[in-house]
Amino acid sequence: MHKFANPTQFMRIANAIYPWVAGICVLLFAAAIPIALMFSPPDYQQGETVRIMYIHVSSAWLMMMIYGIIAANSAMFLIWRHPMANLVARASAPMGAVFCALALITGMLWGQPMWGTFWVWDARLTSTLILFFLYIGYIALADAFEDSERGDKAAAILALVGSVNVPIIHFSVEWWNTLHQPSIIKASKEGVDSSVHSSILLPLFLMMGAFTMFYFALLVLRLRSELLAAKIRNARLSQIAGHSAAQPAE
Amino acid sequence: MVFTQLHFSVAAGGAIVLRGPNGSGKTTLLRLMAGLARPVTGQLKWSGAALEDSDAHGKHLRFIGHLDAIKPAFTVRENLTFWRDFWNTGDASRVVDAMEAFGLAALADFPARLLSAGQRHRLALARLIASPAPLWLLDEPANALDDRSLNALTRTIADHRAKGGMVILASHGADLVSGGTTLALDKFTPTEVMQWDET
Amino acid sequence: MSVFTALLSRDLKLALRQSADSLTVIAFFAIATVLFPFGVGPEAEVLSRIAAGVVWVAALLAALLSLDRVFTVDFEDGTLDQLLLNGQSMTLVVLAKVIAHWLTTGVPLIIMSPVLAVTLQLPAEGYGTLVLALLLGTPTVSLVGALGAALVLGARRGGVLLSLLVLPLYIPVLIFGTAAVEAALTGMPSAPMLSILGGFALIAVTLCPFGTAAALRQAAE
Repeated sequence: MHKFANPTQFMRIANAIYPWVAGICVLLFAAAIPIALMFSPPDYQQGETVRIMYIHVSSAWLMMMIYGIIAANSAMFLIWRHPMANLVARASAPMGAVFCALALITGMLWGQPMWGTFWVWDARLTSTLILFFLYIGYIALADAFEDSERGDKAAAILALVGSVNVPIIHFSVEWWNTLHQPSIIKASKEGVDSSVHSSILLPLFLMMGAFTMFYFALLVLRLRSELLAAKIRNARLSQIAGHSAAQPAE
Repeated sequence: MVFTQLHFSVAAGGAIVLRGPNGSGKTTLLRLMAGLARPVTGQLKWSGAALEDSDAHGKHLRFIGHLDAIKPAFTVRENLTFWRDFWNTGDASRVVDAMEAFGLAALADFPARLLSAGQRHRLALARLIASPAPLWLLDEPANALDDRSLNALTRTIADHRAKGGMVILASHGADLVSGGTTLALDKFTPTEVMQWDET
Repeated sequence: MSVFTALLSRDLKLALRQSADSLTVIAFFAIATVLFPFGVGPEAEVLSRIAAGVVWVAALLAALLSLDRVFTVDFEDGTLDQLLLNGQSMTLVVLAKVIAHWLTTGVPLIIMSPVLAVTLQLPAEGYGTLVLALLLGTPTVSLVGALGAALVLGARRGGVLLSLLVLPLYIPVLIFGTAAVEAALTGMPSAPMLSILGGFALIAVTLCPFGTAAALRQAAE
């Protein structure tokens, strides 16, 4: 564990795996995009719109996985004070927010032909929207302090609070949705569930894999630039310290 | 990182004066000793045992910082009574003793919002007497005090030490303690171990 | 316990002396509720449909306004440092602050809610459940809100940020709070929703004070 806590060690490992992650990502996309967008058969009920689902489900998968990663790293940061865990959490948050937004947008685009409207208070869309707000809150809190360390810790506590709350919110929204749901949505939902079969699963898994690798590759790039930025900051700080130490001698 | 390789202890009845230019970390060190801030590395010890639980450390000490923690809507007496009840050390009559010691008795039933800066600072210092604790951590306690109040403070510190209390204060002005250790903080710019003993 | 009782009575005394603060929150609650008939029209049918939800949403927003102040004053005047040095337990300090907040804003909101529900034409069967739901739901609002308030201490635009952090977390309380009233109105049992609200309060009271205490420690560092 402590091997990953040291930034230099961490970066050495991350740099070694980066080409592999990036390579696999490119290969998976190269396979997934043509299969998902052209060669897989259209759904008997949804027609061509089913192709949106490949992007939608992959984004939804990432937005949840990234929230989990943020929560886990926040816990490590608060308990063991690993600086790298904090960097991972903070670097992941904007990506999680973007995938969340992507899941929302693709969900709306898929909903238009399916439901005849861009927005329906469907349980999954609603939960996604709330998760999006949680992401925005996390990012806003992390950046709200002059003292960045305070922002790191406050955001880490918020991520843990959020991780306790996400299941509660999900359960509440699910329950609320069944209480108020018009029957049409129920019917179309069942249509989706029953139509999943292997010709959809293959491109779906390829796409999810490609998205996941894409996230890890971007994470390494973001961490690298964060560490470089920290180096520059430290160099500046030691310059300032050098100046003030030299002053009394003049 | 403000300092390193700093190691000191204070015995019962002892006093330490922290000196150093602005930015040398006097306030930071006092807050570390209070347990309000955590050291990156290094240790605080109380009676030889490392302090793990910062919640419990609070009962060992009184900390008077730059902010006076006074509620303007309360009277002088109410302000002191609250803190005495909060820490629950010393008996209730000490609130009156504290006001007398710092020349606040005449102002006891005035709302604190009417106090001047110097009077407010004296009210903050009066907490030291109203609710006693063995270790006093004082950040620039001489600020905004007139000569009479300065004498009162010097006397209060001497009494506290005579009863076996400890005082650590940051100061760049007048001498408030006699025979204490002086610690010049600019020599330790980047603390491994800090400790103090009650014995 | 001296920490708890002393702080609780101090906060209540302060609130009494600065009662204008609590009254402002109640006034906000009233005006926010009264806006809705202007927005959706005065038809009794429409209003009675949305009455419970409107009262709940307005109560949440009003609570949020007051939560912004729970720790900021103590943070700015140095009281928080002294509270951290209580020598017993920071959790007790947090509980005292939260209970004081609930008594000075939660309870007045609850008392005010039936009056506002009348203006929204809430049918007679709904009042008891509305008050009960608020009684069980507002402690969670105070507990979670205090955690949020501790997190944003010292932040730029703390008030707006607080709403952004805390409002999504209030959604479950809002869902079950309004559902309980709706159940009462349609003659269904509202006990299940009320017990879930109680459950939320229990979860919040076991977890939030620790988080709040940790956040306050960091704010002082």
